[in-house]
Amino acid sequence: MADTAEPVAVALDNATVAFRVAGDRVYTAVERASLSVAHGEFVAIVGPTGCGKSTLLNVAAGLLKPAAGAVRIFDQPLTGLNRDAGYLFQADALFPWKTAIDNVAIGLEIKGAPRAMALERAQGWLTSVGLGAFGNRYPHMLSGGQRKRVGLAQVLIRDPKILLMDEPFGPLDAQTRQIMGNLLLELWTADRKAVLFVTHDLEEAIALADRVVIMSAGPGARIIGDWKVALPRPRDISEVRMEKQFHELHREIWSVLKDEVMKGYAQSSLAAEAS
Amino acid sequence: MPRLTLLFWQLMVAVVALSLWQFFATVPVFGRMLLPPFFFSTPVDVASQIYKWFATGVIWKHLMITLWESVLAFVIGSVGGVLVGFWFARQPRVAAVFDPYVKMMNALPRVVLAPIFALWLGLGIWSKVALGVTLVFFIVFFNVYQGVKEVSTTVLDNGRMLGMSERQLTRHVYWPSALSWMFSSLHTAVGFAVVGAVVGEYLGSAAGLGYLIQQAEGVFDVGAVFAGMFVLSAFVILIDFGVTLVERRLLVWRPAPVARD
Repeated sequence: MADTAEPVAVALDNATVAFRVAGDRVYTAVERASLSVAHGEFVAIVGPTGCGKSTLLNVAAGLLKPAAGAVRIFDQPLTGLNRDAGYLFQADALFPWKTAIDNVAIGLEIKGAPRAMALERAQGWLTSVGLGAFGNRYPHMLSGGQRKRVGLAQVLIRDPKILLMDEPFGPLDAQTRQIMGNLLLELWTADRKAVLFVTHDLEEAIALADRVVIMSAGPGARIIGDWKVALPRPRDISEVRMEKQFHELHREIWSVLKDEVMKGYAQSSLAAEAS
Repeated sequence: MPRLTLLFWQLMVAVVALSLWQFFATVPVFGRMLLPPFFFSTPVDVASQIYKWFATGVIWKHLMITLWESVLAFVIGSVGGVLVGFWFARQPRVAAVFDPYVKMMNALPRVVLAPIFALWLGLGIWSKVALGVTLVFFIVFFNVYQGVKEVSTTVLDNGRMLGMSERQLTRHVYWPSALSWMFSSLHTAVGFAVVGAVVGEYLGSAAGLGYLIQQAEGVFDVGAVFAGMFVLSAFVILIDFGVTLVERRLLVWRPAPVARD
C-alpha cells in the first residue's frame, strides 16, 4: 500500500509531548515519535496502557500541540485543529440531546448544508452502518455497539480524508468488536481513507491494519517497532485470525510488546504506590 | 403492592387521621377536650370552610393572584438564572469578580427582603414576584453555571473535530447542556416560586392564598387557616404535576431514572 507515489496523509516528525504537572514538574508522555501514514493506508498503534497512544492521536488531531517536533498533514504544517480528520473517540461522544439521525446530520448542518439534504444523507449513512430504522432514537436508547455505529456515521458523513480512532471498540464485548471491525473494514474498503487506529489489542491491530506500530511503555514513550501486515484483503476479522501468517506475525510482535506491557504494569503500580 | 390496594391504604391513612382529629376535637376524654376546637378546629369545619370558598367563588381570585405571582417569579427568575449562569460559566473572569457577591446574596435569608420589596414595589403583586425571583434565580443560576462548566470534554472535543465554531459549540453543546440542567432544577424552582409568592402575601398584601391565611390567623379562625393550608398544598401538588408533564416532554433524550422499590 505504502507506495512512494502516494501522498503522506499524516506525518509526525520527532514529536515530543509534555504536560506540566504540579508546578515545575514536567511529565513527558511521548518522546521523539516519528510516524507517517500514507493516503489510504490503515495504521494501527499498539502499546501498553498509559503509554501515550491517545496523546499521539490527539497531536495528529490538533487537539494537543507537541512541545517539540512537527506535525504535517498532506505536507502542510498543522496549525490549530486538523480539518482533514474525523475523530472517533473512545468514550461516548455523541450529543445526548440529539437523536441518532440529528447526531449524524450535524456534521453537514454546521457546514451550512440545508437540513433536508443533511437529514437525507444522514439517513443513508445510518443505513450503511446498519441502523436505518433507529434514526429517531436518542443515544441512551441505543446499545454501546449501536452508539459506536452512530459515532462512525457521524464522522464519516463529513468525508474526512483521515480517520483517527482512539480504541473505538474498547468498551464493547468481544463479538460486537468483531462485527464492528468488519463493518469498519467494509466501509474503509469502499472508500480508502488514511486511518490511524489506536488499540491495546494486538490481535485487533493485526487483523485490521496494513501496518502495526508498537509504542514503548511511558513516560517518555517511543515508537519501537513498525511491522507490515501482508495479509490479503478483503479480510474477515474472525477468519484472518486462523491463518498461519497471522500467528507468526503475532508471535513476532508480541515478543517485543510483552516486555513493554510488563514495564507498563510495573510503572503504573509504582505510580499507585507513590500516590 | 397492587395499585388499588395501595390507593386503599393511602386513603386509610387520611381517614384514620381525620377521624382521630374529629373525635378528639368533639368528644371529651376524661372530661377534657384533647384538641380544643378553638386551637385545632375540626375536619368538618375545615371542609365546610373550603366548600364555602369554592361555592361562593371567593377563592378563585386568591388562587389566580398566587398563581400569577408564582408564574411571573418563576419565568423571570429562570430566564435571569439561565442567562447569568451561562454568561458566568463562559466568562470565568466575570464569574471570579462577582463570586463573593453572589455568595453573599445567596447566603442572605430572602424573607428579610420582603419588607424592602414591599417598600419599593408596593403591596401589589410585584413585591411578591420580586421575592420569588430572588429565590428562583439562585437555584437556576447555580444549576446552569455548574451544568455549563461540566460539559463533557469528550463531547466538546467531538464538536470541535466535527468542525464547530465557538458559536456553534454554544448553540449545539453548551446551550442544550445548560437547559437540561435548568430543567433538572425545575421542581425545586417552581416550589420556591410559590414559596416566594405566599410568604410575600403573608407579610403584607391584599389578595392571594398567603393573605387569606394571614387574615384568618388575625381573627383566630383556625379552621380557615387549616383550610388555606389544604388549598395551598393541593395547589402546589397540581403545579408540580404540570411540571412533571412538561419535563417528560422536554427531557425525552435523558435516560429514565432507575425505579427502586
